[in-house]
Amino acid sequence: MQTTANQQNVRPLREPLDVALLREDFPILKQTVHGKPLVYLDNAATAQKPLAVVDAICDFYLRDNANVHRGVHLLSQRATDLFEATRRKAQAFLNAAFEQEIIYVRGATEGINLVMRSYGASMVGAGDEIIISAMEHHSNIVPWQMLCEEKGAVLKVIPMNDAGELLMDEYERLLTDRTRLVAIVHVSNALGTINPVSEIIELAHDRGIPVLVDGAQSAPHMPIDVQAMDCDFFVCSGHKIFGPTGIGLLYGKRELLEKMPPFHGGGDMISSVTFEKTTYNELPYKFEAGTPSIADVVGLGAALDYLGAVGMDRIHAWETELLDYATAAVTAIPGVRLIGTAAQKAGVLSFVLDGVHPHDIGTFMDHDGIAIRAGHHCAQPVMDRFGVPATARASFAFYNTRDEIDRMVAVIPKIVELFG
Amino acid sequence: MSDLSELYQEVILDHYKSPRNFREMTDCTHCAEGTNPMCGDRITVFVHIDDDKIVDDVSFQGSGCAISKASASLLTTAVKGKSLSEVEHLFHEVHRMLTGETSCPPSESLGKLRVLEGVCEFPVRVKCATLAWHALQAALKNREEPISTE
Repeated sequence: MQTTANQQNVRPLREPLDVALLREDFPILKQTVHGKPLVYLDNAATAQKPLAVVDAICDFYLRDNANVHRGVHLLSQRATDLFEATRRKAQAFLNAAFEQEIIYVRGATEGINLVMRSYGASMVGAGDEIIISAMEHHSNIVPWQMLCEEKGAVLKVIPMNDAGELLMDEYERLLTDRTRLVAIVHVSNALGTINPVSEIIELAHDRGIPVLVDGAQSAPHMPIDVQAMDCDFFVCSGHKIFGPTGIGLLYGKRELLEKMPPFHGGGDMISSVTFEKTTYNELPYKFEAGTPSIADVVGLGAALDYLGAVGMDRIHAWETELLDYATAAVTAIPGVRLIGTAAQKAGVLSFVLDGVHPHDIGTFMDHDGIAIRAGHHCAQPVMDRFGVPATARASFAFYNTRDEIDRMVAVIPKIVELFG
Repeated sequence: MSDLSELYQEVILDHYKSPRNFREMTDCTHCAEGTNPMCGDRITVFVHIDDDKIVDDVSFQGSGCAISKASASLLTTAVKGKSLSEVEHLFHEVHRMLTGETSCPPSESLGKLRVLEGVCEFPVRVKCATLAWHALQAALKNREEPISTE
């Protein structure tokens, strides 16, 4: 393939990623769909799970299942050890300074809602402002709208250009002495844009404003370093980083989390309860009420081990190559328009085809065994911004191959022929 | 899965590319919007009922996939000139055909609408084909909230 400018920014691989070997770890990829070998290109919706993750969940239920932080018996101790081991793995995965800064949540959405309820409810008042961007997933729009409505606060939106890049000058103008939080997506699920989060955070911090980064779509594709980024909150979903559904991570800076009130009330999040007064537990348990999804936490630990062994830098390099390859192939077809052409992109190829609705593209792809997403990707404001009702979206993971992209690209002319 | 040609028949593609009665109706007596937010389909059906309770004009506007748009276009050609009770009967016949509720072949009375028969073999596309029909029902029942078939 052609070398592009984008690729030159990626440091050379220490060794090539052995994709064929890695695919052996994903039994689900070996099936046929409508008589054709499955090509799974809907990774931004959810990623497939390596055997190690499935085994870890299975082993937990077959061998270690007990509640955590409760029993004096051996099984409870084993369950607690596994549960807390994942927290340290997550700390390493995000490069957090302290393991208490890792809070288990159900997913990125719940992480954002926790910050909205806990930080937002205590720090945001009437006339205050919250800044988000024009390319947010609904999960980073709706919670803030709810808070603004409740508090009489104002939601401000950083606009973007036609390539799907945020207008940083406009962002700077939106920052005022009433801004209480900036909540920004790291990688757009609909456009693939990688936002300059470090710059966004620095500008906010210059004015003492904390920043939440929605990492649902960045964590699967690139190394994350919350300390280098200097974000105040970071959320991601386990199921998009090859772990189970129903478990996600919230990172928060310790000094912020300590000041924040609890999210849910219940067991585990208290240190003592009387009918007169309850004293809350220390971090991270203050934010983890009730019996958590223990097996899924264990499964997530296996996913983090797996990603650690493959190497996030190598994953990023391979996926950049795949994205460049797919971008070149798809844009060579007349009638195709890419939605999202930012200079910095990851993992996502969103496109529309003249005269063909994305839903019809999706059915044609499915008929050839290719799973893509057709729709608004829970980002309706992004669709409105680009004047399309929906897009077809192929999203990549490290187990995807150039052959799979060739198969997807080969379907497009067939669709054009029928609808042309 | 059935062959795609059963879904994307010539007549369907024709109605998609050149939709009939694809216009706004300013003097309509009834109208309703149908949306399927997940796929981004949005179709408004306009109806004009005369004093004898006959649909003397029907049209639609909006955007959608080939199946939802063709189904809406076919709807307009099928219900024009029919009485309200005939439209009601047709709705149920079409609905049965699209959802594959009946094992018998669809009734001859459906005429051209039978090109939509293949839809029931594609469960995820049923909601596309039924959208305009549900919007028509909502319009005739004077429902104000947009309806959805998702």
